Amino acid sequence: MAERSFDLAVIGAGPAGMAAATSAAEAGLRTLVIDEAPRPGGQVYRAPPAEFLPQGTDADRRIGDELRTALAESGAELALDHRLWWIGEGFELAAVGPGGPHRFSARALLVATGTTERILPFPGWTTPGVIGLAAATILLKADGVVPGERVVVAGAGPLLPLVAAKAVAAGASVAAIVDLARPSDWASAVIRGRSRPDLLARGAGWLRRLAMARVPWWSARAVVNVSTTAEGLSIDTLAVNADGEPQPGTRRKIGADALCIGHGLVPSTEVTRLLGAAHVFRPEVGGWVADVDELGRTNVPHLYVAGDAAGVEGAAAAPLAGRLAALAAVHDLGRLDATHLARRSDPFVARRRGVARFGKAMAGLARLRSGLLDAATPDTIICRCEDVTRAEIDGAIDTGARDVNQLKAWTRCGMGPCQGRMCGEAVGELVGAQVGGRAQAGLWTGRAPLRPVPLEDLVGGYDYADIPIPQAAPL
Amino acid sequence: MSCTDLLVVGAGIMGASVALHAARGGLRTVLVDRGPICREASGVNAGTLTLHMTRAALIPYAMEGWRLWTTTRDWLGGEIDVVATPGLCLAFTDEEAALLEARSAARRAEGAPIELVSPTEARRIEPGLSERVVLAAHCSMDGHAGAYLTGRAYRCALLEADAALCEGVTVAGIERSGSRFIALCNDGTRIEAERLVLAGGVWLEPMLAWLGVRLPIKVLVNQLAVTERCPPVMRTVVTIANGLLSLKQFANGTVLVGGGWQGRGDRERGGVELIPENIVGNLRLACWAVPQLRRTRLVRGWLGLEAETADAMPIIGPIPGIENAYLIGSVHSGYASGPYMGQLLADLILGREPERPLFPPDRLLGAVAEEALC
Ligand SMILES: Cc1cc2nc3c(=O)[nH]c(=O)nc-3n(C[C@H](O)[C@H](O)[C@H](O)COP(=O)(O)OP(=O)(O)OC[C@H]3O[C@@H](n4cnc5c(N)ncnc54)[C@H](O)[C@@H]3O)c2cc1C
Ligand SMILES: Cc1cc2nc3c(=O)[nH]c(=O)nc-3n(C[C@H](O)[C@H](O)[C@H](O)COP(=O)(O)OP(=O)(O)OC[C@H]3O[C@@H](n4cnc5c(N)ncnc54)[C@H](O)[C@@H]3O)c2cc1C
Repeated sequence: MAERSFDLAVIGAGPAGMAAATSAAEAGLRTLVIDEAPRPGGQVYRAPPAEFLPQGTDADRRIGDELRTALAESGAELALDHRLWWIGEGFELAAVGPGGPHRFSARALLVATGTTERILPFPGWTTPGVIGLAAATILLKADGVVPGERVVVAGAGPLLPLVAAKAVAAGASVAAIVDLARPSDWASAVIRGRSRPDLLARGAGWLRRLAMARVPWWSARAVVNVSTTAEGLSIDTLAVNADGEPQPGTRRKIGADALCIGHGLVPSTEVTRLLGAAHVFRPEVGGWVADVDELGRTNVPHLYVAGDAAGVEGAAAAPLAGRLAALAAVHDLGRLDATHLARRSDPFVARRRGVARFGKAMAGLARLRSGLLDAATPDTIICRCEDVTRAEIDGAIDTGARDVNQLKAWTRCGMGPCQGRMCGEAVGELVGAQVGGRAQAGLWTGRAPLRPVPLEDLVGGYDYADIPIPQAAPL
Repeated sequence: MSCTDLLVVGAGIMGASVALHAARGGLRTVLVDRGPICREASGVNAGTLTLHMTRAALIPYAMEGWRLWTTTRDWLGGEIDVVATPGLCLAFTDEEAALLEARSAARRAEGAPIELVSPTEARRIEPGLSERVVLAAHCSMDGHAGAYLTGRAYRCALLEADAALCEGVTVAGIERSGSRFIALCNDGTRIEAERLVLAGGVWLEPMLAWLGVRLPIKVLVNQLAVTERCPPVMRTVVTIANGLLSLKQFANGTVLVGGGWQGRGDRERGGVELIPENIVGNLRLACWAVPQLRRTRLVRGWLGLEAETADAMPIIGPIPGIENAYLIGSVHSGYASGPYMGQLLADLILGREPERPLFPPDRLLGAVAEEALC
């Protein structure tokens, strides 16, 4: 298999990755962008399938199209629909794409892989009809699908009004919004986020639509149980304190046929973990993140992180962070001197700080509330890939598991196809509570493949003689 | 500082087994590891309890190990998901068939219950096998364990036996005080002991250097790969004649693919990265043996470090010239025989006659000494 070489490989074609690749290519770097999605855009600017395209004119679509056009014109090469499964030192990359296995190499690597949704488990969270809040945005945006006719939207953060408003617009009835935050949290987030009046105005638009549809908004409440009845889902909620701890005696029930629930976004660190970069636990931006400088450099030479993968700052800050990391790479590869780096990066640094304030304020609304885990009973499934219950996890901690990797070995929690993306937060919290915090509990060791890969795609067609079998082991 | 009877450095399967039996034998025992118990080779290995990959001379030890693993309830407690199942060793070419005949005969001569069977018979036993098998060897004594659970079971057993377990404590060197040993730990503690066992896996070489003993130990960087849970595709342990495939499906449906294909890494950094060509090669071999595997997905690959001496035989016994100091390690297929090897060394330390001969390191030290003289 021929290996194709580049100066810079960008993983992820969301706003951060698209802007980074555009800048790098414009600065003369041979640039590659890899994404597993079939079209560039990432999560916010996810491009709908071609057959949906013509009508759309909303703000997301416009900004997304601008970034996509700039990328297309920049000369960066795109490897879309590519499942990147291995990255080696220095940087070699192995992926399987539409045409089979591909190998690339790059002198520098820029990680713009965004976030994964956090859902803290509660009894019934694996019931059919319960979907992620962020996942619901994908259904609504990319596929134009409403998750149900009567929907409850629950969890925390700006995705609550967004999903509810889009569901109403798409013709669904929203039975309630069940929000962990209290009105005062929103008020202070809005004050912190006033750097982006445009985005606040959009939020106000959603709120108007929700008010017109008379959608009840239950503040400082959490979904603590979901069960199935003949009519659909029966959803139990309890009031919560600021730490998310459910308060007994405050139960309110509600029925629906779908529940969209999410407790915030967690930066995707699988690539930087795999490459052994240093990480730090920063709850205010989503949790564990690679330890980067202002331009996005990690402690591994020529490895950069930009966008929400480096800490949730939101869609508006992502392209700026992408440009900064690209500039750092252009400089570090010897194509830009220090003076020009400073001159060109300074304005972006300042602008990014401004818009990031908005993103961080929004991320703050969806900050991790540890108390929420009180809702998980002993028989609640924590790891849905391997069916590991809370009781099994508590048992392993009782017998001496002191970090998340030991816990993984002793329970199989996190060993399934999602590779710990779903259960990682709950496990970190449960172990952390016993060992003095999340930092002490550690983070999953990064492993290849970065995503599950069909064996069929890896092995291809071959003859026995094509297998390079090493010398026989000693007898 | 009180002085303990026995200090074991390294809580892999070897150190943990020695410590467990010594503590049960009445010695006040301290077991130290720089990480959590059994998280290096002993917690990340393939858990294969096969005789088809065991060096012929070690067959009697591996058979004792197999008996111990399949009866953990009686002597260890805890759950390590051990499954006893037959093993099939395959040949796909005439040369491999010749190798299989010779190797099976050598293992049988040491007592392994291995018989050659026709491809048809092999496919009757394991319907998922490919049509390309030209010869197979069947062993009734095979199986697998969930190696990642080892530390959990041993930890409970050690604490119950009143052994002191110090996890997350790195030993940086050994000092002598009269006939006693003092381990200098990175957290500033000093552990004083009458007797010392070094059980450091691939790190045994630097550990021996603390005592001025030079014994080169080669580091193998073994790759393993596991699939997602899938419907039953096999029930036996499948290996191939040259030893470069080990394949089995666990009760939870995942299929583990190994066989000693190498990745990148070293003693200092541990496992650094998989070599994709070797993952693909290993998976091709697996799919050649059990074609249905092509339909599953690879979920995780990882690396572990395995120790090997110059003659690829174990080093277990007293450290020459240093009274009351012992070493244990570099055992080929050492997970399978580990519990037994540890018991043998504990017997020696407790003043009992070990049931089988140990593997004194003198043979390798002699060679080094001579080499140095040349
Ligand atoms: C599901 C989801 C929906 C969201 N919806 C909204 C929304 O509607 N509005 C909003 O303001 N914010 C939304 N957010 C938050 C929003 O994603 C970010 O603020 C913003 O998109 C960050 O941009 P980014 O470039 O850092 O990452 P992203 O936009 O997330 O882009 C990351 C890209 O990397 C790719 N990728 C990740 N890992 C790999 C890999 N291993 N191999 C190949 N490709 C990979 C992904 O396919 C994706 O295209 C959503 C987040 C999520 C997770
Ligand atoms: C990937 C892989 C697959 C394998 N598959 C099989 C198989 O299927 N079947 C089989 O029988 N065998 C298998 N083996 C071999 C088997 O795993 C080993 O032989 C066995 O586990 C070795 O045990 P050990 O206790 O000697 O070493 P280890 O388990 O490596 O233990 C050594 C311990 O010493 C500790 N240590 C090191 N330095 C210090 C220090 N300075 N201070 C304190 N502690 C220290 C380490 O942290 C470690 O825990 C495999 C090996 C590997 C790597």
